[in-house]
This record gives sequence, C-alpha cells and structure tokens, in this order.
Amino acid sequence: MMILSGDPPRSRVLTLVLVLIILALAATPFLFPGAKALNVAAKICVFAALVASYDLLLGYTGSVSFAHTMFYGIGSYAIAIALYGMGPNWAAVATGIVIGLPLAALLALAIGLFSLRVAAIFFAMITLAVASAFQVLASQLSWLTGGEDGRSFQLPELLRPGTVLVSKSLFGFEINGRILTFYLVFAISALMILALLRVVNSPFGRVLQAIRENRFRAEALGFRTVFHLTYANCLAALVAASAGILNALWLRYAGPDTSLSFSIMLDILLMVVIGGMGTIYGAIIGATIFILAQNYLQSLMGVASTAASEAGLPLLPGLLHPDRWLLWLGLLFIASVYFFPTGVVGRLRKAGGDKNAGASH
Amino acid sequence: MTELAATDPLPKPKRDIAPILLPVALALLMIPLIGSTSSWLTLTAASLAMGMMIFIMASGLTLVFGLMDVLNFGHGAFIAVGAYVATLVLAPFAASIQADSLWVNLAVLAPAALLSMAVSGALGLIVERVLILPVYGQHLKQILMTTGGLIVAEQTLYALWGPQIIPMPLPTSLRGSFILGDVAIAKYRVLAMLIGLAIFIAIQLVLNRSKLGLLIRAGVENREMVEALGYRIRRLFLGVFMTGSALAGLGGVMWALYREQVHASMSDDLTVLIFIVVIIGGLGSIGGCFIGAILVAMVANYGGFLVPKLALVSNILLMVAILMWRPRGLYAVTSR
Repeated sequence: MMILSGDPPRSRVLTLVLVLIILALAATPFLFPGAKALNVAAKICVFAALVASYDLLLGYTGSVSFAHTMFYGIGSYAIAIALYGMGPNWAAVATGIVIGLPLAALLALAIGLFSLRVAAIFFAMITLAVASAFQVLASQLSWLTGGEDGRSFQLPELLRPGTVLVSKSLFGFEINGRILTFYLVFAISALMILALLRVVNSPFGRVLQAIRENRFRAEALGFRTVFHLTYANCLAALVAASAGILNALWLRYAGPDTSLSFSIMLDILLMVVIGGMGTIYGAIIGATIFILAQNYLQSLMGVASTAASEAGLPLLPGLLHPDRWLLWLGLLFIASVYFFPTGVVGRLRKAGGDKNAGASH
Repeated sequence: MTELAATDPLPKPKRDIAPILLPVALALLMIPLIGSTSSWLTLTAASLAMGMMIFIMASGLTLVFGLMDVLNFGHGAFIAVGAYVATLVLAPFAASIQADSLWVNLAVLAPAALLSMAVSGALGLIVERVLILPVYGQHLKQILMTTGGLIVAEQTLYALWGPQIIPMPLPTSLRGSFILGDVAIAKYRVLAMLIGLAIFIAIQLVLNRSKLGLLIRAGVENREMVEALGYRIRRLFLGVFMTGSALAGLGGVMWALYREQVHASMSDDLTVLIFIVVIIGGLGSIGGCFIGAILVAMVANYGGFLVPKLALVSNILLMVAILMWRPRGLYAVTSR
C-alpha cells in the first residue's frame, strides 16, 4: 500500500476495473495492433494525469479553474518550440522542460496570488479570462508559436518510429522508437498520478480538503489558506505542463486545437466529474470513459444516425450525428453532477459497502 | 454628532463618483493621444455603442449573480439562442428588411427582438427549474451544472441549424452613418446606444424606485425575513432569472446585427468579455456593470486604434488594473 499512499481503491469492482484499464494500457502495443489503438492509449495516459492534476484543484480544494489548458499548452509549446528551433536532439528536450515547467509554475503563482486573494468566486472568472487571453496570444505570436498551424517537429533519433530496438524475429513483436515513446508516456503519467495520490493523502492534502469544506474554519485553525491554495495551484500547473510535454512528444506537434482550446478545458471538466471529484482514481476512470467514447462512440452514433434518417424520423438524425457526441456527454455530465456527485468512483465505493465512500460535497 | 429631528429625512449615503468619472477621464485622455478629433469622436461613439450592447448582455448575468447568488456560466447560451430565434423571424421577411423605410424595418426587427427575448426568457425558466433549483447555494455545482447546460445548448443549436455561419444583414435604413461635419457615426450604433441607455434606466428605476425592486433587494439581504413577511421569494427570483435570460437574448440579437452574422459558438468570446465586465463592475452592481461595459469597449476600441497588438490582452490588463485599485470591483454590492 506504500505505493498507493495508503489510499487503496476501497471497492472490489473499482480495483478490478482499474487493474484492467492499467493492464490494457500497458499491453496495448501487443494486444491491439494498429496506430489508432496506440494513439487512444497514449491519450488516455496523458489525460489521466492531466485530469488528476485538475482534480487536485476541483475535487480537493473546491476551486474551479478554467486556466488548466493554459498550463497544458505551455508544456506542449515549450517542448515543441525547443525541438523546432534547436533541432531533434536531447538538449532541446531538456531546454523545453527547463523553460516550460518553471514558466507554468510562475504563471500559476501569479494567478494564485492575484486571484485567490481577491475573492473565491472571482477565481473561476479570472482564470477563464486569463486563459482566453493566453489563447489569443498564442495564436497571434505566430513567429514563435506557428499561429493557428502550430508547430510540428522531429523527435530525437531514439524515439522515432524508424528506430528498431528489438527486431521482429526475436519475440514476434517489433519494439521500435514509437513503442518506446508510448512506454515513456505511460510511465511518466503513472508516476505523476502516484505522486498526486501521495500529495492528496499527505497532511497538506488534508488541509486542502479542510479548505474545501470550510475555508473560514481552516483559516481560524491557523492555516494560511491562500498559501495552501496557491501551492496546490502551482503543483497542478506543473503536472499539467508535464502532461502537455508528454502529449506534444507523442503527437510530434503542438497547436491551439490540441493543447490550448477551451473545448479541451470542457473535456477535462467532463472527465473529472464523470470519473468522480475528489478521488485521483476517478481521473483514470473518467479519462478512459471519455476518450473511448470520443474515439469509438462517434462511429456508433453514425450508424444510429443513418438508421434514424432511413426510418424517416425527424430531428433524430441531426441529434445523433457523429459530430454531436458532445451533446450526449453534456447531458451525461449534468446528470452525473445531479445524481452521482461523487462520479463513477464514488458510486462504486458506495456499492462496495464503504461507509465513508467518496468525498462529501 | 448633530441631532436629527424625527421629521428630518434620513441622511443620504455619500455618492461614490470616482468610478463614474473613470470612463470620462479615459475618453478625455485619449484626445491628445489619438490626435484627430474626428477619429476620436468616431471611436468614442463606437465604444459607447459596443459598451451598451455588452451591458445589455452582462446586466442579466449581474442581476442573476448579485441578486440570486447564482453563478451562471451558461449565460452565453441565451445570447446565441436569442440570435438564432431572430433569424427565424427575419428570414421570411427579407423583403421588409431590404425596404428603405425605417418604420417597415423596425416593424420586422421589433417583433424579432421581442420573440428572441420571449424564447430566451422561457429557456431561462426551464434552466432555472431544471439546472439551478437543485443547486442553490452551492457555487461549485452551479458552475458545473451551467457549464454542462452551455455544452448541451451549443450542441443542440449545431444539431438544429448546422455548423455554418448564418448571415444576418442589417436593415437598409440602419446602414450607413450620420455625417456631422467630418465625423461619421454609424446609424446602428446610435440605435444600440439608445436601447442600452433605456434598459439601464429601466433596470435602475425598477430596482430602486418600485416595490418589486425593494422586495428583490430585501430578498437578497435576508431571504428568510422576506419569506416570513409572506412574499414568495422563489417566484420573484425565478422572474429575475427569466429577465436576465431575456436580456441576454436581446443582446444576442443586437450583437448578431452588429456583426451581421450568427454562429452557435458566437457567445464563446462574448462570455469572457461579459465576465470581465461583471468582475470589473463589482459582482451584482448594475451601475458598476454599466461603467465596466463602457470601459471594456473603450479599451477595445481605443486600444485597437492605438496599439493593435496590445488590444488582444487589453481587457485583462484593464481588469488587473481595476482590481488593484478596488479588489472587489468598482462598486462592491454583495459581501460575498
């Protein structure tokens, strides 16, 4: 239990589901051949870490930030610009990390000091405004960021698909640079999630929960709430920027649509709430459900939409159109905020008979 | 301390005029910077018109937040819905829109705007009953619920109207400008200014001079007390929410005409602008919201003219500056 920081899933079904997800992700290169499956698996890894870091804010401190994609974007762009400008070598990767992470942390510090002090309710609005300004800035500074086109770049030799590490004749599977990159993404995401689990189960994490439940009481107990909230904000930003770095490395590209847009912010929000706020495990479940739906629900909806239009039903073809999948997830989102405020994880824990299951809010 | 006789009127609270002077000072400061008086006048008129339109959209949000303590992140949905409803009315009457008579044009525009307000107000009723009612007093859930509502509304608009941009031409008589000497002021901007000003005055009068306004303000101060006096505060607040939604719908129609196009995600950028206005004004203050809207529009117009590169982040800079000066916004109404 050391590795889980004394916070096991506390539900048999949940444990089973988590083990299945993690095993499936780990074995994707061998179980599901094809580029699409590997892409989906890598995206699930990146988003699980990103969503977990957002949950540190939303679920554990109760503050709604709309600037999380900004930090994600800073990470993505930092590595992309470094690799684009300096060429595909490890020095560029290091430069991107050394510039991106502190930049994200500094910005989080500035936003935290500025807006967490003013009023709790301002925080959501101010982060929304700052994030939108940053998005405009990123698309306008095209000499640096490539504007709307973003930046494509080459990876260092070792991580390229052409680099064969273990040839097919040895085990029947070819291990190339692409698969190495996938395991890099998988391992670092897993490490970040375990680290976040460590953070939320530390005394610091308990203070965050205390602030969420009753800020004034936490203040009265002598905790400097602004300090704790800002610290949590910086930690979340650091993880988000790291997830951005991983995402850019995987895609070999960083652009406004893949790393900065407001719709990614909404995706993250949906994943946290559907998975379960206030549980790091919820991030894994939420990211898996959402990204599988995003990639496979659409084709299902396409079939349903065609069937509905052939049956001559009004309206339904439009509502079931593959591009409208977000509509149904939005409805699911509202329903889960209302009926299952603790998300999938909270539900499963309750079903497992755990009395103090899920966070109470 | 001087004694007050029983018949003396109560001492009036001091009027805080510094925020009112702020846009005036900003405008005057810009004269030498811009150099030419005619461009300055045109820019100022544009700022006022844009500010009034933003005010109409933001006033609904500020009413809902200030009076009901509801954070509606889905406010932008009402704006888009209002604009789309107007296209339904205006499409079959294209001929009347093309007609070169102000009265014929207005005879089509006015029902379109009223219908938009009615539909977005009715939508507000549904949203309040379905989404907001279960989460009164819980800010986090309000934000989540209304954000979910925004996603659903935007996707439904896409499903019903498709993803393309719908053109929404200005009526013929509202095109062009009034020419005063060497200053050109667009006609539609004048109309927008008049409507915005009328709505501002109407809201102020209702809130400050009517029994309804008295009840609303009392309900904000102490809900239980007003309920104990026998007034149905729930129904009152529902009315406030519907009014806020209807105003957003009207703002949506006006903005669509200003831009001459309608799009399902047209409210995305506006939402950010509106939040900035509401924050600058002080949450819940109609007067602050009015000044905030004009300031935001001024910064956008003057900034766009003087330093186009800076204009992109000028709103944020304005917000930061105002919050440094008054951390709770220009007029702090609520203690929240």
